Amino acid sequence: MVREKEQTIILKKQPRIIGSYSIVGPKEGKGNFGRYFDYVMKDDSFGENTFEKAERKMLESAITGVIEKAKLSTKDINLMIAGDLLNQIISSSYAARMYPFPFLGVYGACSTMAESIAVASVLIDGGYFDNVVCCTGSHFSTAERQYRFPLELGNQRPPTSQWTITGAGSCILSLKGEGPRVTMVTFGKVIDWGVSDVNNMGAAMAPAVRDTLLRHFAATKTKPDDYDLILTGDLGKLGSEILIDLMDDEGVTLGANYGDCGQMYFKRQQKTLCGGSGAGCCATIFNSYIMQKLREKQYKKILFLPTGALLSTTSTQQGDTIPSVCHAIVIEA
Amino acid sequence: MEIFLDYLWVFLIGGTVCAIGELLIITTNITSARILVTFVLVGVFLEAIDVFDYISDFAKAGINVPIVGFGASLAKGAIGAVKTHGFLGIFTGGLTATAGGIAAAIGFAFIFSLIFRSHTKN
Amino acid sequence: MEDVKRNEAYNRYIKEKIPKTKAWPTLFNSFWVGGLICVLGQGINDILLLIFPYLSQQSAWACTLIILIFLASFLTGIGVYDQIGKFAGGGSIVPITGFSNSITSPSVEFKSEGIIYGICVKMFTIAGPVIVFGVVSSMLVGLIYWIIGLFI
Repeated sequence: MVREKEQTIILKKQPRIIGSYSIVGPKEGKGNFGRYFDYVMKDDSFGENTFEKAERKMLESAITGVIEKAKLSTKDINLMIAGDLLNQIISSSYAARMYPFPFLGVYGACSTMAESIAVASVLIDGGYFDNVVCCTGSHFSTAERQYRFPLELGNQRPPTSQWTITGAGSCILSLKGEGPRVTMVTFGKVIDWGVSDVNNMGAAMAPAVRDTLLRHFAATKTKPDDYDLILTGDLGKLGSEILIDLMDDEGVTLGANYGDCGQMYFKRQQKTLCGGSGAGCCATIFNSYIMQKLREKQYKKILFLPTGALLSTTSTQQGDTIPSVCHAIVIEA
Repeated sequence: MEIFLDYLWVFLIGGTVCAIGELLIITTNITSARILVTFVLVGVFLEAIDVFDYISDFAKAGINVPIVGFGASLAKGAIGAVKTHGFLGIFTGGLTATAGGIAAAIGFAFIFSLIFRSHTKN
Repeated sequence: MEDVKRNEAYNRYIKEKIPKTKAWPTLFNSFWVGGLICVLGQGINDILLLIFPYLSQQSAWACTLIILIFLASFLTGIGVYDQIGKFAGGGSIVPITGFSNSITSPSVEFKSEGIIYGICVKMFTIAGPVIVFGVVSSMLVGLIYWIIGLFI
């Protein structure tokens, strides 16, 4: 059922997340969630000769890993929905050639994980697919050279910058089997409040979260306290402070149950300034720590809101502002 | 003792020039390419108004090692070549004077990029 | 119109919200690292003049810069220079070594795209503007001196 005004979908069949898998780089493995990840790579190149190939291999092992973990075979999968940060989402498409099932490429920058889960649950709810694999990843070294500077350049990172996560997360959605249920989906509008600083993505994305959150609360008649956890993707330290202020202005208080993946990702001494970012950021935390807590019923109902900054290097060089999007999904144990 | 003082000057002036660069980065958030361009232009300007040599006399490496010195030699080359070769010097002077530096930068970059691979950051 | 106002207000609010970096530690680091690189250059220069007394001061500078460029290029290749840069900021960008780093870093990085389209094409992505601005401005200076020369 879609509530026209607020564009929120309340799923009838409530697809279950029957398996999840996460793979991260060595720096991420030393972070706060190190012990929850399924696989920590020994080095960022993952035995490949380019970082692009490493990212591809990371996505491949996430997909293969989750299928094995859910005790399924590739024959059981009807569709794969995946995305990443590289131009023309090559990591996902190239990873998809390995598999015998159809592929749907999605791009929502760092919000891709929620976008793929949202699309998958709607498709399953509509009765068209049984088992759908969702996968998202990013790699520090490939993102850095595509969006910023060569790795060897001796420059300093501004205090508002965030660290792109090297990692990939994947999950399988299905009507059969055990696992947390996806119950609601709110697709995001593209919001642009005129921020153009590429080193301050959190500030650019916070208004998108505000919009999606407000629409979601209005449509579902819920309030922040109804959720055990409200988790944004990669607003970072600064961005999540901004979001709290923005929501405060609207009379909604985000309290202790609010968290941000990017902010939580690294330990303080890892010097990542405003925290983690990238498509792999919320994907890896969601498919490891969060899923585990949901399975253990420590969290009963969570609101997951990854955000994406929809910019490219061209738009940046032409002085454009940064449009952002935020998709919300509700998951109940 | 004198040599120690010389080196102290080099250290202080060189350090100050670099700190000004860092101050520009902090206050205006500009990228390193723009920093380099700015300092090259400063060097060209200092040489054009014939001030650079006076600074260079006591600052030595303190002003010649920063990219300001590169800009100054470009301008110095152009001015010198104009004086000896006339109009043609406008085109030949700058690059002739800095050929060593540019060729070295290109050559070593090429060789080392063939040898080494990029490393990820921590 | 309302949007424009809201965006301006939001940008103002962010500007206040951005954490102020403690400028003094980084300024101090770039000061002493930059100073040390200059002292190193002076040292190389003096040693060169000791070994080859017949060198002119100008050639000695040229050799010094080439040696510094070599060192920076090498340190970039083995992945050390970016760590110095992370620590020193302007201290390792402003000296000629920073110029060398800005040429070597993209060529090492884009090696994976091949020699022609990777190394050679990307080599000047950062240093290109430096050479262009330097050459054009020096031509301008030359032109001005040439015109002045016509009247003297």
